[in-house]
Amino acid sequence: MFESKSGVLLIGGLGFFLLAFVSNALVPIRMYQNMPEQTVQQLVNENLLYQFEDLHKRYPESFEAAYGKPPADEAAQPEWYRAKCADALILGRKSYVAEGCWHCHSQFVRPVSREAERWGEVSKSWEYQNELQRPVMFGTRRVGPDLTREGGRRSNDWHTVHFFRPTMVSEGSPMPEYPWFFDGDPNRPNARGLGLITYVQWLGSWLESYPYYEQFQPMATVNTGDDDEQ
Amino acid sequence: MSDAATYVGEPFDDKLVDRKLVLWYFLAAVTFFAVSLLGGLLMALQLVRWNPLQGIELLSPGRWRMIHTNAIAYGWLANAFLGSLHWAIPRLTLRPVANKALSWFIFGAWQFVVLATAVGILLGEAQGLEWGETPVWIDPLALVGLFLVAVNFMAPIAQARGPLYVTLWYFMAAFVWTFLTYAMGNLLPEYWVSGTSGGAIAGLFIHDLVGLFVTPLGWGLMYYFVPILLKKPIWSHGLSLVGFWGLAFFYPLNGIHHFLYTPIPMFLQYGAVIATVAVELVVTTVVINFFGTIWGSGRAVVTNLPIRWFYTGMVFYFITCLQCAMQVTLTFQALIHFTDWVVGHAHLVMFGVFSFWLIGIMTYLIPRLVGCDWYSRELCEWHYWLSAGGLLVMFVDLGLAGMFQGYFWASLLPWDVSVDGSQPFWIVRLFAGLAIIGGQLCFFYNLYRTLTASRGATAHV
Ligand code: HEC
Repeated sequence: MFESKSGVLLIGGLGFFLLAFVSNALVPIRMYQNMPEQTVQQLVNENLLYQFEDLHKRYPESFEAAYGKPPADEAAQPEWYRAKCADALILGRKSYVAEGCWHCHSQFVRPVSREAERWGEVSKSWEYQNELQRPVMFGTRRVGPDLTREGGRRSNDWHTVHFFRPTMVSEGSPMPEYPWFFDGDPNRPNARGLGLITYVQWLGSWLESYPYYEQFQPMATVNTGDDDEQ
Repeated sequence: MSDAATYVGEPFDDKLVDRKLVLWYFLAAVTFFAVSLLGGLLMALQLVRWNPLQGIELLSPGRWRMIHTNAIAYGWLANAFLGSLHWAIPRLTLRPVANKALSWFIFGAWQFVVLATAVGILLGEAQGLEWGETPVWIDPLALVGLFLVAVNFMAPIAQARGPLYVTLWYFMAAFVWTFLTYAMGNLLPEYWVSGTSGGAIAGLFIHDLVGLFVTPLGWGLMYYFVPILLKKPIWSHGLSLVGFWGLAFFYPLNGIHHFLYTPIPMFLQYGAVIATVAVELVVTTVVINFFGTIWGSGRAVVTNLPIRWFYTGMVFYFITCLQCAMQVTLTFQALIHFTDWVVGHAHLVMFGVFSFWLIGIMTYLIPRLVGCDWYSRELCEWHYWLSAGGLLVMFVDLGLAGMFQGYFWASLLPWDVSVDGSQPFWIVRLFAGLAIIGGQLCFFYNLYRTLTASRGATAHV
C-alpha cells in the first residue's frame, strides 16, 4: 500500500489533503457560519461617513469630479453619501491590494507584544466577516505599523500628503510615494486616492472607541505598560 | 577531474527525452529569475530609501514585490521543475510523456500564464492572496495548465511496471497536491469564504505551495539525481518511506501557523504548531538519509559542482527546518512574527534550498542538453560562492534584524524607531542581495557563452 501507485495517489495525494482541509478549513467555516458576511453597503457607518463628507469639504472639486454632485434635496443626501462611500471602499480596497500595501502593513492586533497598548483592542473574528475581507487582509509583514485601527487616527489631509510623499510628514519614511493617486498635487486626490483614503479611514471605524472622537492620545504618551490602572 | 558538470559525450536517446524542450524550460526559468531579481532589488533599494525611480506607477515597489515572489514561484521554480521533470520522468520510467505536442503546448501556455500574471500585477490587477497574486482571471487557465501537466506525466508513470521508485511517489503526489492547492487557495477565499476562515485557507495555501508543490518535486529530484551523480544507491529505503509518508501526513496540517495569534480558533493554531514540529522530525530523517548516502564520498562536494549545490541546499534545508521548529512556537512568534526574520527564512527556503537544487540540476544538465561543456568552470564557481555567501549574509542579517524589530515594537517606542533601527540591516541586506545578483550574472553570462559555443559547434558538424 505504501509503495503502490493507488496508495500514493489516493491516501497520500487525496486523502491526507482532504483530512487537512476538513480539519483546518471546514471546521472554522462551520464555526463561523452563524456570523453572516456583511456587504460593503452595510459596512458604511457614521464614523466613516463623517470622514467621507470631510473629504468632500476639503477637496470639493476632486470629490465631485470623482462622484458627481450630491442631490439638491437634503433628505436624499445621506443615502447618496452612503452609496458613494461604499463605491469608494471597493475602489480603495482594490488599490490597497494592487499596490501591495498589505505586504508592508498588517491588519490584526495580536494579544501579545503589548500590541493592544499600541493600537487598541485585540482583533476579533466578527471584524473580518465582510466582503472587504475577501480574501482577508491579515498580512504577514510589518514594515509600517498595523492599520486595522488606523481609521480616525489621522486626518484626511495628513493622509493625502502622506500618500503623495510620505517623507513630507514622516521624516525618513521608507514608504513609497504614490503620486498617481493625485492630479499632480496633494490637494487634488483623484478617484483612486479618495477611495484609498476612505478605505484607510474605514479600518477600525466599526469600533466604539474610535480614537478621533474619544480617547485618542498621541502615541508617545500612551501608558507604557505594567502599572495597574484601577 | 571527476566532475559531473563536465560533459562526457554519452550517447543520447532523443525518443525518450525532448532535450530542446528541457532547454527551453530552463531558459524561460532563467529569464523569470532575472525579472524576479530586479523586483527584489527595487524593494531593497526602496527600504534603504535609495530608490532612484520613485513615483512611477509601473515601478511601484509594492507591485514589484509581488512580481518578485510570483516570478520566483511560477516563473523560475515551476519552469525549472517542469524542465527537470521532462528529463527525469521519461528516463526513470523508460517511457516518453503522453504526448510531445501537448508538452510544447503546455510550455507555451505556462509562459503565457506567468507573463500575464506579471503584466496583470504591474497594471494593478493583483489578487489579495499572498503567493497567489495572480489576477483572478488567470486562475482558471493556470488550473487547466496544471491539470494537463499531471495528465502528460502520469501517462508514463501509470505504465511503468514493477516497484515504484521514491522519486515517483513524490511526483505523483505532487501532481495531485499542486492542483488541489492552487484551486483551494485561489478560489475559496476569493469567492466563497470570507474573513477569518478564509484566512485559515490562505494559510493552508501559502504553506502547501511550499510543502506540497515545491518540496515534493524538489526531494523527488534529489532522490533521482543524487544516486546517479554519486553512483550509489540511496542509503536507506525504509527512511525514504518515513520521509514521504511523514510529509504527506503532517505537511498539509501546518498552514495555520502563518497566522498565529489571529482570531482563527486557538485550538487550530495549536494543532498547526504541533504538526509543524512533527514535520521537522520527518525532515530530519530525510536529511539523514541523504547524508548516509554521501558518507564515504564526501570529496564529491569539492569536486562535483552539482553535488555541492545539492548538499549545500540540504544543509540549508536542515537549518530552515530547525528554524521552523523554533519559530513556530507561540513564544517565538510573539517576537518574530511580521519581522524580517520571516523574510530571511523565506529566502533561505526558496533560494538556498530549492533554487540551489535546481541550479545544481541545470549545472549538470545543460552541458548534456547542448552537447558541449560549460564555457567557464571558473564562472560556475563564482556563481556558487557568490550565491551561497550572499545568501548566508542575508539570512543572518535578516534574522538579527527581525529580533531587533520585534523588541523595538514590544518596547512601545514610536514606530519610526524600529524603521530607523532596521536601516543598517537593510543596507547589509542590499549588498548581500547584490552579491547574489552578481552570482546569477556570472551564471547568465556563462550560460549565454555556452549556448553560443554549442551553436558554433553543431554548425561545424
Ligand atoms: C515599503 C513598505 C510600505 C508600503 C508598500 C506601504 N507602506 Fe505605509 N508605511 C510604511 C512605513 C515604514 C510607515 C511608517 C512611516 C510613515 O508614517 O511613513 C507607513 C505608514 C503608513 C500609514 C500611517 C500609519 C500611522 O498612523 O502612523 C498609513 C496610513 C499607511 N502607511 C498606509 C499605506 C497604504 C495605504 C499603502 C499602499 C498604498 C502603504 N502604506 C504602502 C511602509 C509601507
